[in-house]
Amino acid sequence: MPIEVNGKSYETDEEGYLANLNEWEPAIGEAMAAAEDCQLTDEHWDIINFLREYYEEYQIAPAVRVLTKAVGKRLGKEKGNSKYLYDLFPYGPGKQACKYAGLPKPTGCV
Amino acid sequence: MADFDTPEIREFPVIPTIMEGAMSHSSPFIAGEEFQSDMGFPSAENVGDLIDGWKEKFLELMQDKLSKYRSLQVFMDTCVKCGACTDKCHYFLGTTDPKNMPVARQDLLRKVYRRYFTFAGKYFPKLVGAIDLTEDVIKQMYDYYHQCSECRRCAVFCPFGIDTAEVTMAARDMLAQIGYGQKYSNQIIPKIYKIGNNLGLPQPALADTLEGLEEEVEDDFNVKVRYPLDEKGADILLVTPSADFFAEPHVDGLIGYGKVFHEAGVSWTLSSKASEAANFGLFIGSYEHMREISLRIREAAKELGVKRIVFGECGHAWRVAYNHLNTLAGPWDFLDQNYPIPQHILEFTKDCLDRGILNIDKTENDHMTVTFHDSCNIARASRIGSEPGSQFTTPREVIKAVCNNFEDMAPETIHDATFCCGGGGGLLTDDLMELRVKGALPRMTALKHSIEDKGVTHMAAICAICKSQFTKVLPYYGMTMDQIVSVHQLVSNALILTGQGEEADESEDEAA
Repeated sequence: MPIEVNGKSYETDEEGYLANLNEWEPAIGEAMAAAEDCQLTDEHWDIINFLREYYEEYQIAPAVRVLTKAVGKRLGKEKGNSKYLYDLFPYGPGKQACKYAGLPKPTGCV
Repeated sequence: MADFDTPEIREFPVIPTIMEGAMSHSSPFIAGEEFQSDMGFPSAENVGDLIDGWKEKFLELMQDKLSKYRSLQVFMDTCVKCGACTDKCHYFLGTTDPKNMPVARQDLLRKVYRRYFTFAGKYFPKLVGAIDLTEDVIKQMYDYYHQCSECRRCAVFCPFGIDTAEVTMAARDMLAQIGYGQKYSNQIIPKIYKIGNNLGLPQPALADTLEGLEEEVEDDFNVKVRYPLDEKGADILLVTPSADFFAEPHVDGLIGYGKVFHEAGVSWTLSSKASEAANFGLFIGSYEHMREISLRIREAAKELGVKRIVFGECGHAWRVAYNHLNTLAGPWDFLDQNYPIPQHILEFTKDCLDRGILNIDKTENDHMTVTFHDSCNIARASRIGSEPGSQFTTPREVIKAVCNNFEDMAPETIHDATFCCGGGGGLLTDDLMELRVKGALPRMTALKHSIEDKGVTHMAAICAICKSQFTKVLPYYGMTMDQIVSVHQLVSNALILTGQGEEADESEDEAA
């Protein structure tokens, strides 16, 4: 089921994850979030951008501790925990934020 | 969030009134061609269609399995419909769908078996409840064999010992081979072959993650604890689920293993090639994949030159390792024969505790009252130690050695009568969330009652799937995701590292 953004159509998988991560642009993230009643703020974008940077280097989304540590370093220790991330992305930072970032869903025993 | 109702936790567990077809809509995504072909399975042109000649192929596969696995033949012939299993399945109790009674689930295959493999069924099908194999029957099998977590609780109560899990495994394998593979499992297994683990964490990401953990432990305790990767010549190879690197509370368990190894003074390593304990080959009923996945562990052990293999907290991995590792990937004559091959991390830790080489401060866990969730594959298919029942006693003894407050849940829900978390057996996927939430009802009921009656605050588990599943479903039942903890997280909390805080003391002295 493709997603329509600014008149262009993008292929996604059954769960709405972008099929081709190179096609990603911020407007796609916005559209995916809007479809799930999530208003993306600068705080959300901090996480999404970090996920994309990390993915580019390691070809995988960061582990939760890598993510919380990075957030703690960038935004202050009080935000370097999974509670902060779950407040932003209630379906889970790994799965929900990855989706908006155009990355594949981490699957396994998680 | 979800378009289904979470079942209500009652004062007493009840056997529900059945509702025909209550879960007939529950069906996981079918694997597309890209995943099927990676697994060596065929696919039709369109996802959801069966391959040409599917019927003949299915019956041929069934014939093959019946001749290869005597157990399957016995399970097909034996059931007398006594009903002992009907109310033992967590999916039946949570969904009320009568097809989730284990006997009904097995009968999906048994009716076809009768029709094509028994005299009575061939000539008088109606008399013996034999049915023709149709696309509709295949579809029902796909739906309902993916509403079984292969937990084997029903088998405990079956007077004949019929193992529904084996029926499910056989059915899933035959389905995959006619184009009806499940996306979740078939997407995951090839990542093990290509990258080394279910999650697809490549070596550099693993190294970065482990380095981060070393920094974290050093920041917290002022002691350098190592989390080594691919270190040749180490004594112990730790094989652990990749969720331990990735998710919470799993990672707190991994931190704990490292601290125990550190204090025990042993040399150990993880392997990027075998950076996964899980073996989804079991879930999909494929001996070939189970074997191929197991062989990586052998290769890694040889390449690294280790003397011992220790498994981390993973339920079905331990079932495969404990029962089958030698058959699948042995002989292990190159390992040190003085130690169990393989050994469970809890056995290792318990031995250290028994020998008194760990400095434990139990009060570090005083803010919790802990209960223990027996993981089905460990409880019903293995031991953790050499004694019968050690799979129940070892985890509890370790927890009690590091926590002052421990309470068991209701006796009919623990040990070999434990209820599945609701997400095992290859069902831990978002497209089965309704099933997962409903299937968790019996465990959530027992936990809630322990919270109310015994003041339990946290539930500890030793399986990556259980931990992830509870993290997700606890909030549906009005509890919080952080109430599920790893057993080695409790060990980690209480374990005082040698030299811990010494630097801090010195600076205090200086200040004085």
